[in-house]
Amino acid sequence: MSALEVRGLSASYGTGPAVLRDVTFSALAGQAVAVLGPNGGGKTTLFRALLGELAPTSGTVAIAGDLAYVPQTERARLDFPVGALDVALMGAYARTPWYRRIGATDRRRALDALGRVGLEDRARERFGALSGGQRQRVLIARALVRDARVLLLDEPFAGVDRASERAMVDMLDDLRADGRVLLIATHDIEQARRWDRVLCLRGQQIAYGAPAQALTTSVLEQTYGAEIVVLEDGRRAVAVQHHDHAHQ
Amino acid sequence: MTEILRSGLLQRALLEVVVLGAACGALGVWLLHLRHAYAAESLAHAMLPGLVLAALAGVPLVLGATGGVIVAAALIALAARDTRVGAEVAVAVTVTTAFALGAVLALSPAVPARLGELLFGDLLGATSGDIATACGLAVAIAALLAFGYRPLTLAVFDPVAAPSLGVRPARVELALLALLAVAMVAAVQGLGNLLVFALLVAPAAAALRLGGCVGGQLLWGAALGAGAGVVGIVASAELDTAAGASVALAAVAMFVVAALARPGPSSGFGGARRSPLAALGARR
Repeated sequence: MSALEVRGLSASYGTGPAVLRDVTFSALAGQAVAVLGPNGGGKTTLFRALLGELAPTSGTVAIAGDLAYVPQTERARLDFPVGALDVALMGAYARTPWYRRIGATDRRRALDALGRVGLEDRARERFGALSGGQRQRVLIARALVRDARVLLLDEPFAGVDRASERAMVDMLDDLRADGRVLLIATHDIEQARRWDRVLCLRGQQIAYGAPAQALTTSVLEQTYGAEIVVLEDGRRAVAVQHHDHAHQ
Repeated sequence: MTEILRSGLLQRALLEVVVLGAACGALGVWLLHLRHAYAAESLAHAMLPGLVLAALAGVPLVLGATGGVIVAAALIALAARDTRVGAEVAVAVTVTTAFALGAVLALSPAVPARLGELLFGDLLGATSGDIATACGLAVAIAALLAFGYRPLTLAVFDPVAAPSLGVRPARVELALLALLAVAMVAAVQGLGNLLVFALLVAPAAAALRLGGCVGGQLLWGAALGAGAGVVGIVASAELDTAAGASVALAAVAMFVVAALARPGPSSGFGGARRSPLAALGARR
């Protein structure tokens, strides 16, 4: 049985035109899905629709278990005085009634989660003082405290150096071994080849499948349009990136 | 000092300003974290017509302040909806209009209270009712800040992921602004339309420099707000200066001392979000 099943999903902002149409895919427990597409291609919209922040105009979403969103770390306020442990504990906020303190079980869980991402010794450190890769791992720990079965990761490798990137990939593999589903929004086509499935979006679903099948030259050209440069053998492709984008 | 202890007038003023200072100092910390200092100042100034109308009609100023805040907030919200105008221009235009309207009304001969009292407050005229109001406000703010700690933290720290963690940042901000309006209504009579803002922002700005965590900042804000009240009232009695203005200056002096002591970047300013100064410069 699929841990995540999306059928015919379309979504729009307010009464505007659909910004995402006809998305149909499913993922088994333990699978990592790269969500590839240009800026404004619908990656953020897909995540918001899955999170229930955006009501789909059509289609259905079925998720086995809880869902957590792991934002880009620079979207958090780095000047805000919270420690790594405080941030991990935010994963327990939703299940703690407003009049209760965060319980000892959740504190232990948060410390365990920081341990799993290799940051148990940084629990007291200020979030903003950590490196980009460490901050990303703290945000993943927060999703673990939430005990989410499906993690939506928004450009988790942006602003992360090579060494941290390798550590992060190992960590994500570890989460897959738990049977969690990972949706990884990325610009990086080489990165996308590393995961079990690839979902290519450009306002609508262009392709879904194993990287070897899905990432063809024609699919990449449809996904990125003029923004793509496909290198000689068709195996390597480089997306021209525009970083002055604003997420909706 | 002995004069202050003997004078019932000064005792009441001291009590009023200490309670208000503590409440506003703590509230101000979140206000700065949410980068709503500009909105706070605007709201304070825009309630002037309400105050003047209340003085004209002879009803308690609290009623006028309440009406003034509600109308000002509604006008700002309405004007900000026009995307051609933009939120900051909308605020600026609304506030200037309201303030000018208030001044015009206040210059009519029928206004019993002097315009100066509405603008600069009348701390020495604090009644037992005013003090009771201030205490009620302080308790309400303490309770709401204690129970609102987690939603406020998420709304400030991570508004993008907050909805997925069970918190709607827009609602949290609205709730804080509503609380702010209540605080200003309670404090405006003592501190005045122009000076109430000083207690909301200056102690909090100092607290952001001094506190290592949010809890510490809230405590610093409350302590410095109350401290500014004491220093201001004592100075005004000793030096024979205006009470409200002395409190405002004491609060600002505390920020200057804190800024000199901790010259590092303060966590409340300089960000990209909603800072009017940033908006004047180039877009990021």
